[in-house]
This record gives sequence, C-alpha cells and structure tokens, in this order.
Amino acid sequence: MNKSVYASPDQVSETKRHILTVLVDNEPGVLARVIGMFSGRGYNIDSLNVAEVSNDENISRITIVTHGTSEVVSQIEKQLLRIVPVHSVTNLDQEGNSVEAEVALVYIYISETNKKKVYQLCDLYRARKIENENNTTIFEIAGASERVNRFIKEINEITKVEIVRSGPVAISSIQKNEEE
Amino acid sequence: MNNEITGAEIVLKSLAEQGVEVVFGYPGGAVLPIYDTLFKQNSIKHVLVRQEGGAIHAAEGYARSTGKTGVVLVTSGPGATNVVTGLTDAMMDSVPIVCITGQVPQHLIGSDAFQECDTTGITRPCTKHNYLVKDVNKLSSVFHEAFTIAQNGRPGPVLIDIPKDVQFASGTYEEKNKIIIPSHRLFEPSPDFEKNKIEEAVELISKAKKPIFYIGGGCINSGPKASKLVREFINMVGSPVTMTLMGLGVVGSSDKNSLGMLGMHGMYEANMAMHECDVMINIGARFDDRVTGRLDAFSPNSKKIHIDIDESNINKTINVDVPIIGDVKQVVEKMITVWKEKKFQIDDKALKLWWDKINKWKQVDCLNYNNEGKQIKPQYAVQRLYELTKNTKTFITTEVGQHQMWAAQFYKFEEPNRWLTSGGLGTMGYGFPAAIGAQVGHPDALVVDIAGDASILMNIQEMSTAVQYRLPVKIFILNNEYMGMVRQWQELLHGGRYSESYTDSLPDFVKLAESYKAVGLRAKTTDELDDVITQMIETKNTVIADIWVTKEENCFPMIQSGSAHNEMMLSKDQKQDKKSAEKGKILV
Repeated sequence: MNKSVYASPDQVSETKRHILTVLVDNEPGVLARVIGMFSGRGYNIDSLNVAEVSNDENISRITIVTHGTSEVVSQIEKQLLRIVPVHSVTNLDQEGNSVEAEVALVYIYISETNKKKVYQLCDLYRARKIENENNTTIFEIAGASERVNRFIKEINEITKVEIVRSGPVAISSIQKNEEE
Repeated sequence: MNNEITGAEIVLKSLAEQGVEVVFGYPGGAVLPIYDTLFKQNSIKHVLVRQEGGAIHAAEGYARSTGKTGVVLVTSGPGATNVVTGLTDAMMDSVPIVCITGQVPQHLIGSDAFQECDTTGITRPCTKHNYLVKDVNKLSSVFHEAFTIAQNGRPGPVLIDIPKDVQFASGTYEEKNKIIIPSHRLFEPSPDFEKNKIEEAVELISKAKKPIFYIGGGCINSGPKASKLVREFINMVGSPVTMTLMGLGVVGSSDKNSLGMLGMHGMYEANMAMHECDVMINIGARFDDRVTGRLDAFSPNSKKIHIDIDESNINKTINVDVPIIGDVKQVVEKMITVWKEKKFQIDDKALKLWWDKINKWKQVDCLNYNNEGKQIKPQYAVQRLYELTKNTKTFITTEVGQHQMWAAQFYKFEEPNRWLTSGGLGTMGYGFPAAIGAQVGHPDALVVDIAGDASILMNIQEMSTAVQYRLPVKIFILNNEYMGMVRQWQELLHGGRYSESYTDSLPDFVKLAESYKAVGLRAKTTDELDDVITQMIETKNTVIADIWVTKEENCFPMIQSGSAHNEMMLSKDQKQDKKSAEKGKILV
C-alpha cells in the first residue's frame, strides 16, 4: 500500500470506476466503520460485498466498487487505512491485472409463447436453471458485470423478470509465489 | 476462581496500570458499579464535573498540557451523547483521550431501555476507535489496546462502552505487557523509504532561496523533544518560520526566526512569506482551510515538503512534492543528521534578500490598532495580561471567537503545551473546562482562560467544579456583549445586520462569581485594567475578571474566506473586491 500513499496523484484525472478490496478484522461494527467513512466524507459506493474469507484468522474481505478521480480514490484508500481493524486496501485497477465476477439470480416469468426464446438465451449466456421446490424458473448467471448486464437487457426484452445481484467481487491475477 | 475480580475492578486496575492519576466524570445508573469501586480505592483521583461536556474538555486540557492521556467516565444515554462534541473536538485536534461510558445491561440492549443509546454507533465517526465490551474477560485487553491506540500515530479519542452486567461480572485481569496488539491496528512508519525522502527533502531545503517552515500541532503532539529539534533545525537553516494556531509555542515567539501565526487572522508577513516562498517545509500541519485561504492561489511557486504522521493528510487538499510520513521527532532528528553529514549550507545571499523582503512586510505592522481613550481595547487587555504574567509559569486556554484570535495574536508563547485552544472544531465552551483540566495537571501553575462573554456561558456550570476542587483557574472575559466573531462577519459580509449576535441579559459576572464563592473582579477603563489583572493573579481562588472592552472592535488582519494569502485585509477601511467577497460568503 505504501506506493499509492507516497505517489503524487496525477494532476488532472478523469472519473473512473475502481474496485477496492479491503481486508478487515471480522469484529462487530467494522462494516459500519467502512461504509460510514464513505457516507461521512461524501464518497460513492456503487456496490459492496462482504464475506469472511479465512476461518482461522477471523478476517473478512470487503469488495467495494466506487468511482472517482484518482485523487479521490487515493484519498479513499488512505482514509480506509486509518480505520483500526483494516489490514490492507488494494486498488485492483492500479494493480493492473485482476479478474472480477458477480452472480445474479433471475426469476423469469415464463409462458408457452416465450419459453423457447428464454431457454435459448439462457443457453447462450450459460445461465443455469436452479431447481427449487416450487418449480419456478430461476436462473443463475455468473461472470463479469458487463455480461450480466447484457443478459438482463436481453431477457428483459422477452419477458418480465425479477433480479438480485451480488455486485462484483474481484481478485488480483498477478502471479504470486506459491508458498505465500 | 480465586484470581477473578469484577469488571468494575478490572476497569480501575487497568487505569492504574496505565498510570492514570485522574479521571474526569459524572456518575449515573449504568456506571454505578465502577463508581462503587472508585469509592473503595485511593490511587485514582476523580474530578466531578457539572455536565459531561465539561468532563471531556477538562480531559482534553489535562492531556494537552501534560502530554498524558485524558480519561473520562460517564454514564449511558445522555452521559454518552453529552461527550460527543468533546470527542469530535479531540478527534479534530488529535488529543489522546480514553472515554469510558456505561451501557444498559446486555439483555436490555436494543429494547429502547431507560438511558439507552447506540453509543458506539453515535461515536463511530468521532473517535479513532471504539468498543462495546460484551465479555468481561476481554475488558483488560480492550483497555490496554485503547490506551495504545489513543496515543499511537496521530493521537485521538477512543471510547469504551461497558454494559452494566459486564461491570458486575467476574473475570480475569491481564497485564499490559501480556497484551499483543496486531501491527495492522497501529501506525508504523516504513523507515527505509523515509530515508530517501528525507535526503531529498534536506537537499531541497539546502537549495532554497526563499524557504519557510510551516509548523503545526503535530510538533506538539510529538512531545517537547520535537519542539527542541524543530527549533534546532530551523536555526541551522536560518529560515523564517510560521506556526498554525495549534502549533504556537513550538518555536518561541521571541525567536528571531519566528514570524508568528499564519492563516485567516495570522500575521501579514507570515502569509506573504507563505505566498512568495520557493520551498515550504510543513511539519505536522495539515493545510487546514483557515490556513490556506483560496486553494488555487495557495503558495503558487513553491516546492512543498510535508511531514505528517497521518498519511491521509498527504495530498488531501494541497499536492506536495516531497511527502514524508512519520513522527516529527524522528524525522527532524534524521533531517538534522543528514544536513550535518552532507555539510549542507544555504545560499546566504539569497537568504538575506529573503529576510530583507520579510522585514519590509513586517513594517506594515499588521497588528496595529487604535488604542486611544479610556475604554479598554480587547487587544490591549491581552497585551497587559501577557506583560503581567510572562514571568510566571502560565497556561492559556481560550474559548472560540474574536478573543481566541486576539489571544493567539497578542499573547506570546515561548514554550509548547502552554496554549490550549479548540482549533479544528472551534468549540465554544472549550476553554473553561480545559483550564480546569490544565490546573488539575499543574496545580501550582497559573491557568488563565481568555474568554468571550458568549462562550463562557456555554460551560459556566463548571464554576462549581473549579470551586469544589479549589482550582484557582482565572477566567479573563473580554466582554463586548456580542458574539464578536459572528458580529464581525455580519458586519463584513451581511450588510451589518446583527442577527441574533447581541447577547442581551448577560449575568453580572462579578455577582455570578460570588454566588459560587469565587472572586469576581471588573475593569471598565484602562486605568483599572492592570490592578484587576494583578489582583486576579494574586488571588488564590477561582476568579472571574470581567473586562469591559470596546464593543465593535474587529479582529484584523484577516484573510476573508475565498481570498488568498496575499489578499489580506488590514482594516475594515480596506475595501474588498466585491466579487471575491460574494464568493467567500458561501464558505465558512
């Protein structure tokens, strides 16, 4: 993290989407501290995802999608690091190489007339039907947000849907020493 | 289990092990077990305030004047919400505080119980960190971590919320040295990286033709040794130095290099020098808006070095060329070593020209005021107070407003930790309880709260505290019957419509003092002033000195909001560019 702290931000920069991944102690109130910093200082949260990633050490990973100029995002990173239970903040866009994915669950209103089209589209996007006790048509699609967006747009043109999305999670794809 | 003690006992034991001598507080239902334990011991003194807001400012005054951590003990609900202002104040001014709040028992949390509030939720943005302790066995480790966090890196307030059942429960105590705090929870500078930046910084200073040091409160937080080193380094360079409101005293006012305070009501020469310098060395300051004025015109032609312990201050409002993240004391010590090792020498000729220019700015005599007549000018009152107290060990606290700025301009500070004022938050009502805290920490010193007639009423109830503990605090009220700074802004920016800034029905401060069995004094004219000040100093009791000053005096010089360092107003006759005045009006 030192690099981004010391580096002078670019003189003029445009607003860009950034994915920040924040490792925190899994203790009460930690999420409130993180999102409270965003609202208190007037920063944006486009999406947010939290889950425990390591059972032994009690550490959670918060993935935040935000947008702002590089100056603003650099300030966000530094403000996050001031929070006591925060271990590290990584800006995946600055690291350069990362992969991201999100999950959407889509309840599709299906009828005899649109059934074929729906299944074709789901096939095309490799959306998987989730079996459930009510036997309703619920599909799961995972992947880059762009792909999920396109799927939703196209399925919307066919029929009515209800959607829930996880928001993206992301991880650096830079090769690491296996032992680490 | 034999070695188990109650939660309340763990609290007191933790405080004792942390070396706490005094707690400022106010009891209530949810902290009764802790007060019961307090009753049974003699090592920790308790100062009972009259409102919780007073407790936390007193703890701040204690902390800033002694360099120790201030401790506050209050109850749940209103006890906790009353300390929110003080916590925010301590957060802004980086004052180490540990605040203990009682909470309703755990089985009642969330039920809207009597005197319940979401204390950790409310105080999350105004503390460095806070805890709700649910397990009595974690209480001692929480306390030891809280004290470390309060003092570590950039200091600040930490709050510990303890449900009443946890105070009654039995558990084991763990000693300070058995607690391991994971490194990510604390500040640790990376020493190697710093070294390169230090060399770069020192070289930049050596090449400067028009250098200026810009010193902030961080130098005071770094301890008295930091001030010594900063003075030493500035002397080696021979550079002029200016200080922020929070940094007054780091370099003595009489030091030949000192240009005094900078910023909105700072010295003309200091602001001009900031504007025209070629190398700016910011040590422990944060480019606050009261200091910088309009950002796009802030010191346009300088290379900037910024030493700060809090990395979020780097490039926050002003982009800098050489950032160094670390403790002032350590960084400046290394800078001195590098300067000596490399035998750096500043360009003497250029420096002389620079000083010549500064000396011309000094001739403007920006603090000049018209001191004719028998009526006391507020500036004159502070000057006389300084002259009559300068040979005594004196601590000055202030409230917030015109009197605060006059105190900063006219009282000369030669040492750090002697000047206690609410800088970042600007809390009216800070000064009197802070003076109580400073007096508790320094029983033999002279402690004077330079106050305004409006501010003092915000925590006047603490008269009772001062008298109860025989704290001979002096309240020096510059009484103009106005909220002076509000009135000044209304005069300059709102067409002289003094909306609600006149304080009608003020108490008779002399009788008020007497009603608390303190001493009340009054000076109405310049003839009476010196006698009143002398009598105030000599009285071994709490004193209110009610100084009647001219009512519509303005605090100058002034950089109006939205203006730059080189656009200072020296008096109200100086018309400001109307356009920038309109722009500035929307700023605070």
